[in-house]
Amino acid sequence: MGEFKVHRVRFFEYMPSPIRAMAFNSRTDRLAVARGDGAVEIFNFADNYFQEKVIPGQDSRAVEALCWVGQRLFSAGLNGEITEYDLENLRPKYTVMAYGGPAWTLSMSTECFLCQVGCEDGTVKMFEILEERIQFQRNHDRQKGRIISLSWHPSGTHIAAGMMGMIRIFETETGSPANKEVVVWSVAFLSDHTVISGDSAGKVQVWDGFTGTLIKTHLITKWDVLALSDQSSLVAGTSEGTVTQFQFLPLIVGQQDKEWVRTRTFKNHSHDVRALAHTETAVVSGGMDTQLVVQPLLDRVEKNTQESALRKIAFPHRSLVCCAKKSGLLLFQFPEHLELWRLGESDGHGKPGDSLPVRKKPEKLIHLKRKGEDHICCSALSPCGGWLAYTTVSSVRLYRLQYNNNSISIKKLPKLPKELCSAHQLCFSSDSSKLFASSKHSSVIVVALGQSECKYLHTLKPKSGYGTTEQPVHLLFVSEDSKWLAAANTGCEIHIYNLNKLKLHCTVPVYSSCPTAIAIHPVTSNLVTVHANQQIFEYSLAQKEYTEWSRKLQKQGLHNLWLERDTPITHISFNPNNQAHIILHDMFMLCIIDQSLPLPDRKTLLYNQMTLRSVPESERLRHSHAFKICKNFQHLLCVSTLEDQALVVVERPLLDIMSQLPAPVRQKKFAT
Amino acid sequence: MAALYEGYTLCGLVPEQNLSNSGVRGIEQERDSDHVVVTDSTRSVTMYKVSDQKPLGRWTVKQGQSLTCPAVFNPKTKEYVAVSDNQVIRIWKEEDVLLDKTFKATVSSDIWRVHCAHGGDPVVLFQRGAVRLLDSLLSAPQQPIEEILAQEEAIRWSTNIVAETQQFVIFTTEQKGDTLIYLQGLNPNTLQRYRLEREEPGLSPLSFSVTYKDKHIHLLYLYPNGHVYQSVLSVRGLGTEEGLQALQVPRGLLLALPVGEGLLEAASALVLDEAHVAVVGVPHPSAGACKDFLCIWNTNFQTLQAGKEMAGKIYGQLWCYSNKLFIPHGKTLSVIPFVCPKSSLASALGKLKQAKAEESKSPASVPSWNKILHGEKAQPSRTVETRKMVRYTAQLFLNGLPKAVQKEVEGLLSRSDIQDLQPCVGQLVSILVSRSLADPSFYIPSTLAQLVHTQCLCHSACPDLVLLALEKKDYFLCQLCLQFFPDIPEAVTCACLKAFIRNEVLQTAYSETFLLPHLKDLSSQHVVLFLQYLQFLYLKYSQDDFPQMHGLRSPSLTQIMDWVCLVLDAHFTMLVMIPEAKGLLLNLHSFVKSQVRLVSELGKIEGSLQELKNMKVKKEVGQYSVEIIELF
Repeated sequence: MGEFKVHRVRFFEYMPSPIRAMAFNSRTDRLAVARGDGAVEIFNFADNYFQEKVIPGQDSRAVEALCWVGQRLFSAGLNGEITEYDLENLRPKYTVMAYGGPAWTLSMSTECFLCQVGCEDGTVKMFEILEERIQFQRNHDRQKGRIISLSWHPSGTHIAAGMMGMIRIFETETGSPANKEVVVWSVAFLSDHTVISGDSAGKVQVWDGFTGTLIKTHLITKWDVLALSDQSSLVAGTSEGTVTQFQFLPLIVGQQDKEWVRTRTFKNHSHDVRALAHTETAVVSGGMDTQLVVQPLLDRVEKNTQESALRKIAFPHRSLVCCAKKSGLLLFQFPEHLELWRLGESDGHGKPGDSLPVRKKPEKLIHLKRKGEDHICCSALSPCGGWLAYTTVSSVRLYRLQYNNNSISIKKLPKLPKELCSAHQLCFSSDSSKLFASSKHSSVIVVALGQSECKYLHTLKPKSGYGTTEQPVHLLFVSEDSKWLAAANTGCEIHIYNLNKLKLHCTVPVYSSCPTAIAIHPVTSNLVTVHANQQIFEYSLAQKEYTEWSRKLQKQGLHNLWLERDTPITHISFNPNNQAHIILHDMFMLCIIDQSLPLPDRKTLLYNQMTLRSVPESERLRHSHAFKICKNFQHLLCVSTLEDQALVVVERPLLDIMSQLPAPVRQKKFAT
Repeated sequence: MAALYEGYTLCGLVPEQNLSNSGVRGIEQERDSDHVVVTDSTRSVTMYKVSDQKPLGRWTVKQGQSLTCPAVFNPKTKEYVAVSDNQVIRIWKEEDVLLDKTFKATVSSDIWRVHCAHGGDPVVLFQRGAVRLLDSLLSAPQQPIEEILAQEEAIRWSTNIVAETQQFVIFTTEQKGDTLIYLQGLNPNTLQRYRLEREEPGLSPLSFSVTYKDKHIHLLYLYPNGHVYQSVLSVRGLGTEEGLQALQVPRGLLLALPVGEGLLEAASALVLDEAHVAVVGVPHPSAGACKDFLCIWNTNFQTLQAGKEMAGKIYGQLWCYSNKLFIPHGKTLSVIPFVCPKSSLASALGKLKQAKAEESKSPASVPSWNKILHGEKAQPSRTVETRKMVRYTAQLFLNGLPKAVQKEVEGLLSRSDIQDLQPCVGQLVSILVSRSLADPSFYIPSTLAQLVHTQCLCHSACPDLVLLALEKKDYFLCQLCLQFFPDIPEAVTCACLKAFIRNEVLQTAYSETFLLPHLKDLSSQHVVLFLQYLQFLYLKYSQDDFPQMHGLRSPSLTQIMDWVCLVLDAHFTMLVMIPEAKGLLLNLHSFVKSQVRLVSELGKIEGSLQELKNMKVKKEVGQYSVEIIELF
């Protein structure tokens, strides 16, 4: 099939932020995860655990607790504020000061639409949840120490608060003091008035909520029990990285008397487990080691299905790397800054398997720090390398870059059109003459770029009406000839705009799974989409229908091993040398689909590169199929083609991330 | 022989982008041999429990500051001492969480390192050569610090030792291509200065290592051309005064290591004991030019004792604490346990027989040269005395009462020179045996057993002993004989076999050709029974979890198989005939079949296993490379 020259890049020092809190919404199957840098991510558990939305962080926002009320998401943090998020525009909707110092915990009662915040000054503050905002209602009696954890009784009549050395149940006012100085990191209030606590002495304790008496103690770790979550069974996370499950079972089979029994222990983390969620079928955990782990409970799922597989989500499901094809430049996005690198150059030719001598090393051209408190949510580099743009939730910034031999100058465009105030996605046309920015209500703003100024041209909008959502656009792609613009949103819609006429051309039939990558073929103008459930479609923009190849693929079905992969495809590009080649990648592999070859059927060996290598050349064609999968490169963040037909792969080995983490021991926070 | 054991990872490293620096500034021992403090080259100090591979604590200086010398642990005060930004001394305890809130003192001159030898007090060595005890420095941190070194002179390496009562700081400097050694004694303060002999022009030592023995400091150093020298300095010294010409110290070439092409760049040599040196970053003599090896050399015999290839780049850093080597390579810091047993020429050549516990009881009796050359006067009379004694004992054995004989034997056994009497004991035992054979009422098994236990006997010395035991049905004695006699004839083995079917028999030495005809003498019942027993043993042994049943004295699986084959060979035709053996034969047949199948399956994967061995080790990928891939 062919040889490729590959620039193997490992200098993107991407460092995910540790997980601090999470909340699972069983009604919508969405998991909200808060990270150490204040970013909040939404995963759709019903759609292959796809990372649907990311709300970028902010310097001052340290989220300590997350909570769903219906479809609304709230957080509380050490800045003492309660924040509700706008999940359509991916930004905080409003914040309310709790006036109690840092807020440590947040608990919602869906029964009576109340939310309570545990504060540094020892107060539990009650807020009423109204349609568009929340309103302070009253304080509970002030306690001596800070309130670390809260849990509502499902009926909404009582709330248990964990603090230094004691648990207090409000309304009934029956406290249960403990002897030793311990921090009650987490409490759970069960419907039968049992209160369960996890503390810094490594114990999970079961209390009678009426009398305040201790029923049972389980010592599960030498260190701290940091998190608890319940849903018919109870899970506890520790700073050793373990998650222990407890179940309410009769001690003797057939008898009525039940007790909380320790049943299973999972060790999927190297560091503290800071956050836990218990879904119907799985335990979701996250912490200092930055990975989100979905551990299925094998008694709740069918064996040997995709649902029963352990899943680790290490990388974001969106792109942090932008490659300027024409100039060999790479843009790396960090929450705090951007890095612009020029790829190196190599000498001569080599045979497959060789590393070529590097004549010129890669060079870091620019380290651009962002302005203001808000973190960078997306960025883009024009294909010529002459323009660079990034956005935060509050602003968009556009820069002009000029290269003179060895020097580089960067100039910020002072005035941007007022329409361009914020964006979820940015994209430059291939001739670098236009900038596209996705905005509110799935709209896309078109801006023309001049030598040193820019001009607002138009706002592209999908037809509003029955069935359309107003979800944010998370993918944008402009065709090579700048005629077509494809915009995909988290409502699974893909709109195609004709840029010559500046109007909507068509909407691709809505598929049930969210697109994870889209691209338009430079020659055939077919739109290729890959979805969270790993399905691939090819849609002809001219005919406004799925192509013959796409129908064939759907009819025959994708190979099982392809469907079982557990990381989404995040980039699509095309081989400039061969029209039939589509280049895709996920975290663990790079795949070239050759549309001219037969599709693999159920019995075909999907990963057949080793076999093909070993058979004589004359027989290769007989054994080959459309999916050419290369696993030489792992932990991929980006694969892209360059104008000189070389490939760029950006790897970030997980081992490198691990080596940057702090030592896995308990971090003393205060008085523990 | 010295050996390197399987290593394990203590922690991952973050080397610099161009892999010029491992990212580890230093490793120091903590409270005991199982705890170390690792200082990285930027901002943090981490304390590890080595056997658990677990970090127990970590301290970091603020962003913008950097640690400029490895942190040391002072076991007397249980405090850590480190230096940040060259001039700020920081002291903290294990329970301190934030370094910022701990003790700090700024001094007036740049510090090279802080040292704290076990048994000594922390000492501060300044970059310009001055030395202060930490306590006295902290009493007035801003005190003026004198300059000891000349203008273009700079410290390259330093250490600290405690010699009897005095503490010494040893450091080496370089000045215009010369290498100088300073020996700074503390309380009372003394300073000695030496000059090293010049190696080839332009070469200066890559690493130093120091040991202290008998009031002398042994300094070992490695040059880029692979030469390892040793110089010996007296701690008393010659009282050289400052400003005097530094004396040149004599040196001896210990090793000339193979360097392959070019010179060594990142390498070091570390003394492990009097005879062993650990070397990193030097090619293995039989593995080409690759320098990523850790080797142990014997300096007495100049032989390579153990070698290990380290994955990833070697930075030339190496530490050793209590039989563990700490070595950064690639992106990991590995701990490699090692042993260096006392070396002898035989062990260096690898010819020393593994001494068994039993053998060690009977040291070979080699008469000393002294005795032979200078012929002690007592010697002849002693021989005469021995001869007299033997004659008397023999007489007693022939006629004496059993009780008297017993007493005499006990007396004989309590003699310290029993080993020298080896021939006589054989003679005496054969007298006892022939008397027992002749006189059925005379038999003293305990005495005979005692004599066999001395291990002075063998079958040839008293050929009738085993037969006597068999005749008397004294199976315990038979077993003892089988265990201790190295030369039992096959006929006797078979005779024993007939008398009882036991494990001792299976373990005696035999030769097939001689054994086969004797085996034919066994009766059919015996054969079937024996085979059944062998099969039982085999089945027991083939279960993995079956512990060694009889401790050390149990036959091995191969011994059992050999016996099965032998017995079958000897009696096959007869066994086929007798009906009661049929089931047994079928069983044996099926397990032979399964064995054959297993072996043939193993044979099939042999090629693949070989291939695994030949597979190339994945090479380390750097930050950037341009590669060619091919898709089919």
